[in-house]
Amino acid sequence: MRLRQGQFSFLPDLTDDDIRVQAQYAIDNGWAVSVEYTDDPHPRNSYWEMWGHPMFDNRDAAAAVYEVNECRKQHGSKYIRVLAFDATHGWESIRMSFIVNRPAEEPGFRVVRQEGEGRQIRYTIESYAVREPEGARYA
Amino acid sequence: MNAETQVVTPKTVDLAASFEESGVAEVLRELDEALVGLAPVKQRIRETAALLLVDRARRQLGLATETPTLHMSFTGNPGTGKTTVALRIADLLHRLGYVRKGHLVTVTRDDLVGQYIGHTAPKTKEVLKKAMGGVLFIDEAYYLYRPENERDYGQEAIEILLQVMENNRDDLVVVLAGYADRMDRFFASNPGFRSRIAHHIEFPDYSDGELGRISETMLAEQNYVFDEGGKRAMTEYIGKRRAQPHFANARSIRNALDRARLRQANRLFETSSGPLDATALSTITEADIRASRVFLGGLDVDRAQDERA
Ligand SMILES: Nc1ncnc2c1ncn2[C@@H]1O[C@H](COP(=O)(O)OP(=O)(O)OP(=O)(O)O)[C@@H](O)[C@H]1O
Ligand SMILES: [Mg+2]
Repeated sequence: MRLRQGQFSFLPDLTDDDIRVQAQYAIDNGWAVSVEYTDDPHPRNSYWEMWGHPMFDNRDAAAAVYEVNECRKQHGSKYIRVLAFDATHGWESIRMSFIVNRPAEEPGFRVVRQEGEGRQIRYTIESYAVREPEGARYA
Repeated sequence: MNAETQVVTPKTVDLAASFEESGVAEVLRELDEALVGLAPVKQRIRETAALLLVDRARRQLGLATETPTLHMSFTGNPGTGKTTVALRIADLLHRLGYVRKGHLVTVTRDDLVGQYIGHTAPKTKEVLKKAMGGVLFIDEAYYLYRPENERDYGQEAIEILLQVMENNRDDLVVVLAGYADRMDRFFASNPGFRSRIAHHIEFPDYSDGELGRISETMLAEQNYVFDEGGKRAMTEYIGKRRAQPHFANARSIRNALDRARLRQANRLFETSSGPLDATALSTITEADIRASRVFLGGLDVDRAQDERA
């Protein structure tokens, strides 16, 4: 099941050049681009691992593509995303976020039903991947 | 691809027109006017510009070629204009579309090499990323390589540089600069660099006449002029200064003029009574030059260090 999170996730995978153009758009708007990765794709997992620092003073998006590729070398079997952070007062939050790398196999999520009092059912989802320990997922 | 989105390949290109409209003509003109002398350097830059224009035209006609290797080395003594020319090259490459932004990032060993294990790679990569889209200028590049210390972290920086120079040829252009003899030795022991650099440009020392003209353009930039005596004294100064230690071509001239302006200000302050006109405020006289220690046979060690700083 293809993970659909962030921008462009209904499009085919972005090429390096697509990534560069998007990252350049962020830089031209004054946003800091950063790269993050994870092997826990739950939609509520907002804290992915940071790959280096946000790039506050790179004028050209080739730097972002370079870091994406460096990250792929080490975490190529995981999810990698590119973020653009807007530091201006009042925003101070993420303005862009898109996935740039995904595992070869994406097993997706299962529904978990929990029976509560009075026949109440609580539903949640769990990704199949996280049933393996960290590091062994998507191996 | 359907007919609408298909790019139409032109049948012909007009090199002269693209020379003008790309702004290359203007950069070369500026280079000619702003920099005194340096004929061989200017010639090499003109040739490179021609090569790139033709390369670009070939692309436009669909004669696809690989991105040409643009990494360069600049060799020459201190103050011969290497940094100044690097700035113009960055501008030139930008106008031709070979670098996307055209900024110049100037670094030396300390900006690239770390102090402890694990420090160098992030430092070097940080610098490389900053330079992407522009030109990375590595001054005195041979300090990266310290064969006498086998655990030197410089080697790590070199390896990353070589990798990026090869893999990210579209993203940045690297210019290595330094004194000729040491650069030769550096290249001899680092064949990886030699083979990645297509253009070796040598910066000759300036002649006395050229330094004289440089002194006048530098003054003119700041709205000063020599009077007759000042000009004569400057000519004599140049001859004497060249023979003394730590001579740094155009930079020595710039420093001498900075000190001359200081003396001029003091002279005006001490000797003038009553109103001064623009001419008086902007004239460098013989006395302002002749008070230099150069005429007493040389700079002592303190001054020499000042000069280098
Ligand atoms: N041909 C020239 N015409 C006018 N000014 C010049 C010329 N060449 C150099 N200068 C001036 O001389 C000074 C030193 O030049 P620059 O910094 O480019 O030298 P460099 O070769 O990089 O020296 P170093 O090797 O010591 O770094 C600058 O202020 C520059 O403006
Ligand atoms: Mg310099």
